Amino acid sequence: MLRLANIARRVDSHNALQDISLELKRGELNILLGPTLSGKTSLMRVMAGLDRPDSGELTFDGESVIGVPVQRRELAMVYQQFINYPSLSVYENIASPLRVAGLDKQEIEARVAQAAQLLKLEPYLNRKPANLSGGQQQRVALARALVKRASLVLLDEPLANLDYKLREELRAELPVLFAELGAVLVYATTEPSEALVLGGKTACLNRGRVEQFGPTLDLYRDPDTLMAARLFSDPPLNSLALSRGNGGLRFAGAEQALPAAVTAELVNALPADEVESTLTLAVRGHHLRLGSDVAHASEPSARESLIEIRGTVDVTEITGSESFVHFTFMGQPWVALLDGIHAFPGGAAITLYARPHDCFLFNTQTGKRVRKLSGGE
Amino acid sequence: MKVQNNKAWLMVLPMLLLVAVSAIIPLMTVVNYSVQDTFGNNEFFWVGTEWFQEVLASERFHNALQRTLLFSALILAIEIPLGIAIALAMPRRGIAVSFCLVLMALPLLIPWNVVGTIWQVFGRVDIGLLGHGLASLGIDYNYTQNTFDAWVTLIIMDVWHWTSLVVLLCYSGLVSIPEVYYQAARIDGASRWAIFRFIQLPKIKRVLLIAVLLRFMDSFMIYTEPFVVTGGGPGNSTTFLSIDLVQMAVGQFDLGPAAAMSLIYFLIILLLSWVFYTVMTSLDNDAASEQGRH
Amino acid sequence: MASIHLKNLGHRYAASDAGSDNPYALNPLDQVWEDGGAYALLGPSGCGKTTLLNIISGLLRPSEGRVLFDGEDVTDLSTERRNIAQVFQFPVVYDTLTVAENLAFPLRNRGMESTTIEARVAETLTMLGLEGRANERARSLNADDKQKISLGRGLVRTDVRAILFDEPLTVIDPHLKWQLRTELKKIHERFSHTMIYVTHDQTEALTFADKVVVMNAGSILQVGTPEQLFDRPRHTFVGTFIGSPGMNVLRCTFDGEAAVVDGVKLPLDEATITAAHARGLATSGVSLEVGVRPESLLVVGAGVNTDDDPHCVRVDVLGVEDLGRHSLVRLRLGNQLLCALHPEGAAIPEAAALRFDPARTLLYANSLLVEANG
Repeated sequence: MLRLANIARRVDSHNALQDISLELKRGELNILLGPTLSGKTSLMRVMAGLDRPDSGELTFDGESVIGVPVQRRELAMVYQQFINYPSLSVYENIASPLRVAGLDKQEIEARVAQAAQLLKLEPYLNRKPANLSGGQQQRVALARALVKRASLVLLDEPLANLDYKLREELRAELPVLFAELGAVLVYATTEPSEALVLGGKTACLNRGRVEQFGPTLDLYRDPDTLMAARLFSDPPLNSLALSRGNGGLRFAGAEQALPAAVTAELVNALPADEVESTLTLAVRGHHLRLGSDVAHASEPSARESLIEIRGTVDVTEITGSESFVHFTFMGQPWVALLDGIHAFPGGAAITLYARPHDCFLFNTQTGKRVRKLSGGE
Repeated sequence: MKVQNNKAWLMVLPMLLLVAVSAIIPLMTVVNYSVQDTFGNNEFFWVGTEWFQEVLASERFHNALQRTLLFSALILAIEIPLGIAIALAMPRRGIAVSFCLVLMALPLLIPWNVVGTIWQVFGRVDIGLLGHGLASLGIDYNYTQNTFDAWVTLIIMDVWHWTSLVVLLCYSGLVSIPEVYYQAARIDGASRWAIFRFIQLPKIKRVLLIAVLLRFMDSFMIYTEPFVVTGGGPGNSTTFLSIDLVQMAVGQFDLGPAAAMSLIYFLIILLLSWVFYTVMTSLDNDAASEQGRH
Repeated sequence: MASIHLKNLGHRYAASDAGSDNPYALNPLDQVWEDGGAYALLGPSGCGKTTLLNIISGLLRPSEGRVLFDGEDVTDLSTERRNIAQVFQFPVVYDTLTVAENLAFPLRNRGMESTTIEARVAETLTMLGLEGRANERARSLNADDKQKISLGRGLVRTDVRAILFDEPLTVIDPHLKWQLRTELKKIHERFSHTMIYVTHDQTEALTFADKVVVMNAGSILQVGTPEQLFDRPRHTFVGTFIGSPGMNVLRCTFDGEAAVVDGVKLPLDEATITAAHARGLATSGVSLEVGVRPESLLVVGAGVNTDDDPHCVRVDVLGVEDLGRHSLVRLRLGNQLLCALHPEGAAIPEAAALRFDPARTLLYANSLLVEANG
């Protein structure tokens, strides 16, 4: 287990990492999710021992590893850029860490063969990296990491430079490849969808801090803070402040209050100490549905229990089976992800519905969630 | 990026010792001489800043300094534009690249006193190809007697010797410009001059500054080549600071003033290098902030 | 804006890849693209899309065939004379100039009048949302804004016939990609420039383009709207390349009425059956495959109702991945693997069956779609 306690590090007069505490267990895939410059690479470098943290503790299986030089750590790292020794053949590339470790020839051959087979590199063992495609070069880098049987494997956005389809392919293979090692696996990415496909546990990072850490799906369904919810949304999270007035809750700046049934449902779920706080409502794009799609939408009473959202369409993007509708709601840019082809022209009015059940409520001041989704959907 | 590896210090130690013995200790000796005077018999007494004052006031020093500054200025004015022009003309792809690179490297490989000797013979009116050739064309050329001719010879020699350095540095800068910039410029309908002014020049700025710094320092400190060719003459028209210094120290054995002058010389170079360094790193910071942190 | 006609266009590099038997980087093709359309060239790395783009822009001369803009043969014209604009992978800005001067650059080079230039530049700045930054040094902007400037240098010219994009979002921050993408789309909707966009990312291609040109290994496999490519891919490659996850492709035979996968009959629609008969696929020995998208499969509980339903077949559930919006269910039918998408929150039955929709179950012979006119 890799344990970080209050790790902090400043780079060039700004806080690259602030007060990071994590426990990463062996045999699990730990994902670092966050936008560029959120500190993922800085954190990985500290975990690897390439950089010293300014403060905090770093222990591996109980022993402190701060100050231990990288060469002596049992560590493998794969980067975004396909890093291979250009003058060595694929076989030699994969064998290089084993040669440095001084293993005997038979052992080296056996391990390289196994890694090559797992990563489908057998036909290419004699080629130089320059004669391979991008995907194959990254496979060589992965093979080299795999063959070391390290106890800590760090993958820093390894698929970011690959074609869309190649990324899908390798992404499915990765967890399987490293599962047997029983190592602590850390994977950095900027794409929420990638985190969801990979599973495991996710730490959401923003500006050098860990917003939330936990099982990936729990984080997705049950974010603790508005920031964590935002970090984990693709398309971007829709949110708007709520205000209280005569007649109950309403969207800030709206003339009409939300239907009574909706207000009741939302307010009922508030803990006692949050009943008076200012709230922000957030909902993911795919939970917005057209009137025609909402079950029993023809029944007026059913509509009364839904949040109605009226906006003006900016532009619609169609991906063949789904439509991204970008619209403006109460002056904010919102996105809806609808099933099927809906080519709304720019400037058209649009009305969408959301179930209160699907929405998150956050305390506007603290950013913390004040109402949970109960279980799944 | 600090790696906790103390072995690195051990590997550097021999070099540190060497530098200490060959550079720092002699430097301390010079400082010692610069603040003392002697009547011979190895007796020294303290004179404080007297030598420094004498040197800084002396006309001889000022003349030598002026000559050196003029020389450096002329060198830079010729070599930098010429170097850039040649670098622009060099091919960026294909077989000709290796050929041109070797051609450019050749003048840099010749030992400096050999360079001096080459040009010394080359320019002689009686047996030198250039000197004799010019004489037979009716041009009155004699670098041992005519100040102007001596200067021209020295400058052309230095340009011949060192322009390649500027060429190679600028070339490396040009080659690293991604092809897309040229493609975009073509699409924008930019003329050759516009491409140079808005794409190539900004991109080689950093390398160019290194070239300017190197050429300035080298030309400011120049000794071997002019010494071999003209010996400081005719008269003292090509007696640069370094030559003057050696004349004083070795010729006249005036250790005090010589030591003071060499320290002043050292401080001037240090000051000018610091100025360059500051300009370069501020340009670097500009460049870094322009890239954001991608 | 111009319509673009690629006539018998093909390209080979002088030294072809060692070991490949096809010397063409771009196999001969013939395409007409309408004036004002938004097109995407979509395909994996090395498929020839960038080669094609460079031929259109004039940066590369094709070894055979002609390129025509509005009927005019431009194959021999240099890039600057073709009046196209190109946005590259890496933002290209002139570092020493301000934002406004960057936009004015192409106009100055063409000798326009200052007042006209100022007007055009102001217009373009507003279009791109950069009005307030006209006097900032271009080099201090981030990659997203720099790409806008690159685009701006194309938009500012009045004589531009087409705007070409070569994977322009590559260096953009992922959370800004959204914005730039939608802005490109909005600009196209407002001004109707002919735009051609090269990418390997299907989301970028499908959301941007009216028509997508899917390429692989130097050939154009299909040109169609995102809907067409999604619902009726003409080649199994198109089916698997588009869609996340891509289309399921299962080896099968044709018994005259239905596709048979490892002994299990899968329903096909009338048109497909007729076409299959017309080609004699029941007996011809041609390699046949069934293509069906995970989105069109429904996982239901196996039982009395489903066992009698000819559209339902029993399958083994190998695993379920919760992807947030929906779940990915991995299944085995016979000896072959496939997957289906399952709505968020719905439970997966233990004994499962898969409901097929004949209209969305496609038959492929030699990787090509079997259809009425095929």
